[in-house]
Amino acid sequence: MNRATIDLWVGAFVAIGLVSLLFLALKVGNLAASSSGETYRLQAEFDNIGGLKVRAPVKSAGVVVGRVADIRLDPESYRAVVAMNVESRFKFPRDTILTINTSGLLGEQYVGFEVGGDSELIKDGAILKKTQSAVVLEKLISQFMFNKAAEGGDGGSDKK
Amino acid sequence: MNDDPLIRLTDVNFAYDQRPILTGINLVIPRGKVVAIMGLSGCGKTTTLRLIGGQIRPSSGRVEVDGQVVHELDSDGLYELRRRMGMLFQFGALFTDMSVYDNIAFQMREHTDLPEELIHDMVMMKLHAVGLRGAAGLMPSELSGGMARRVALARAIALDPMLIMYDEPFAGLDPISLSIVGELIRKLNDALGTSSIVVTHDVQESLKIVDYIYFVSAGKIVAEGTAEEIKHSTEPYVHQFVWGEPDGPVNFHYPAPRPYGEEMLAGPGKKQVWW
Amino acid sequence: MVNALRRILEALGRRVTGRIWRLGFAARFLFATLLHSGTALKRFHLTIREIYFTGVLSLIIILVSGLFVGMVLGLQGYDTLQRYGSTEALGILVALSLVRELGPVVSALLFASRAGSAITAEIGLMKATEQLSAMEMMAVDPIARVVAPRFWAGVISMPLLAALFSAMGIFGGYLVGVQLIGVDEGSFWSQMQASVDFREDIINGVIKSFVFGVIVSWIAVFEGYDSEPTAEGVSGATTRTVVTSSLAILFADFILTAFMFRG
Repeated sequence: MNRATIDLWVGAFVAIGLVSLLFLALKVGNLAASSSGETYRLQAEFDNIGGLKVRAPVKSAGVVVGRVADIRLDPESYRAVVAMNVESRFKFPRDTILTINTSGLLGEQYVGFEVGGDSELIKDGAILKKTQSAVVLEKLISQFMFNKAAEGGDGGSDKK
Repeated sequence: MNDDPLIRLTDVNFAYDQRPILTGINLVIPRGKVVAIMGLSGCGKTTTLRLIGGQIRPSSGRVEVDGQVVHELDSDGLYELRRRMGMLFQFGALFTDMSVYDNIAFQMREHTDLPEELIHDMVMMKLHAVGLRGAAGLMPSELSGGMARRVALARAIALDPMLIMYDEPFAGLDPISLSIVGELIRKLNDALGTSSIVVTHDVQESLKIVDYIYFVSAGKIVAEGTAEEIKHSTEPYVHQFVWGEPDGPVNFHYPAPRPYGEEMLAGPGKKQVWW
Repeated sequence: MVNALRRILEALGRRVTGRIWRLGFAARFLFATLLHSGTALKRFHLTIREIYFTGVLSLIIILVSGLFVGMVLGLQGYDTLQRYGSTEALGILVALSLVRELGPVVSALLFASRAGSAITAEIGLMKATEQLSAMEMMAVDPIARVVAPRFWAGVISMPLLAALFSAMGIFGGYLVGVQLIGVDEGSFWSQMQASVDFREDIINGVIKSFVFGVIVSWIAVFEGYDSEPTAEGVSGATTRTVVTSSLAILFADFILTAFMFRG
């Protein structure tokens, strides 16, 4: 086999290899979505973050606007401090409330923004205190059972 | 022409691990001559070639080629020296992934910046010299043993070396190829003005073409002389070798740990029970 | 009794020191290969030629295996996910398992047995037929001329083959999941895109396959170069290439995964 044929084959091989890498990056991965430029950082304190993980999405009205960058525990207040990178093109009012939600019943957890009405915007590096903790399913269930039991007892005494 | 010999080995010893292969070799190859090194298989002939080519270093002694001490050269100097040597390996050692043409062009392309037209002319010249110009496009697997040997010969002379080394050039050839190769060795040596070393155990063929012969046995040079002297040598080893006698100083029997009768009486013994 | 025990210990010790010695030699060999890579990179057509033999000729087996692995993932993934009513996550399952693990690992295993063994056998035979010695006598360094181009060809081919394997596998999963079973196409892709991260998953997968490429190519050229110059020697070396590189791939995969996906 002569050199030109080999070059042709190898060229084709490298080309389709690169195309499949591109396919993985764009169609399978979220390269186009995640690397769309500048972000700013903000932090929020939560009583309980449930199962939130680093790199979990940050959503406003269901649209991904950023990602969780870091999670740590404040040693003094014993609250969880969640740092997020939010895309710079999205600005939020200062009284925005952050909640930790679950997509679906058993899905992954994400940080949701409930936008307020303040005219002043959140600045880069701000620490938000208005938050709602994650809903812990076990707690919810035990609460529900407890209420039901109490309700049942009360109902019985009422009838008498 | 320079009068001092091209190659001079002085008191060369070589041992592989602890096993001595060569002991006290003194050998001189004059310029422009064809010299044979003969001996039985495994007696150290090929080792001698490797010492001259610088592939191994002697345990002691000096190996000089063209005034340079081979084992004292650094790798650049050694490669520089090797460019002026050609070597024909036992079974040709042609590069099996290249055509005959590319095999011969290999060194020219590696070591020179010559244009492809010039390389073509040189390759064809070398191939013509060994009578295989028509086989330029073949792959080594398509050649017969004799043809492969001739291609390897053409490759060995590709860069017009000052020294050509032949490692068993006659091994495994039919009588016609054998005499073709023999004649080529002589002719090329004289036409190119090089020197040649032929390592072989083929007595009859080499006696026809060589100027001088060294006999090696068990790592030592036991006899030397011109073809005529060797033919009429009374040295028992040389006599046995040249005339191909089955028994003599070289024993028919491989050394056994005990005499034959004792062996027969002892029976298979314990070591036979291998399961 | 004591003697027998001593003999066993001695034999064991010899084996261990033998292994360690060989490992050291292999490391030195890798260093020499890297040091003499100038020719392979300057005269790049030498490497291109070897990419043809290692990469292009491995294409068919990689593409076909990738497709089937992806299809099996589609079937099995669907079967498991539908029990939890989350079949739309099929895309995530197929893509993550391929991009993170199966793509790099399985293609490296296939590459070791398809191309690695061929490299070992070729270099081993070149040694056995004295072609390497002949090259040395022609003042051409066999490490620069024979070993380095094959090494680099393997290193270059491996990530491309792994990417092809993953892409083909995702396509296979798509065929089975979406076209055959009828998972919603939109959620198949969108869920996949939402969960597969470029840096975390895809780049790490490429890094893995690059490391595997170095490992397989290194073992293949070393076993070839170090083989006994006989028929049994070469066949033994070829077997060792496949066995050693498979084990090394799986071990390295564990180490790399532990580093990459701890979070």
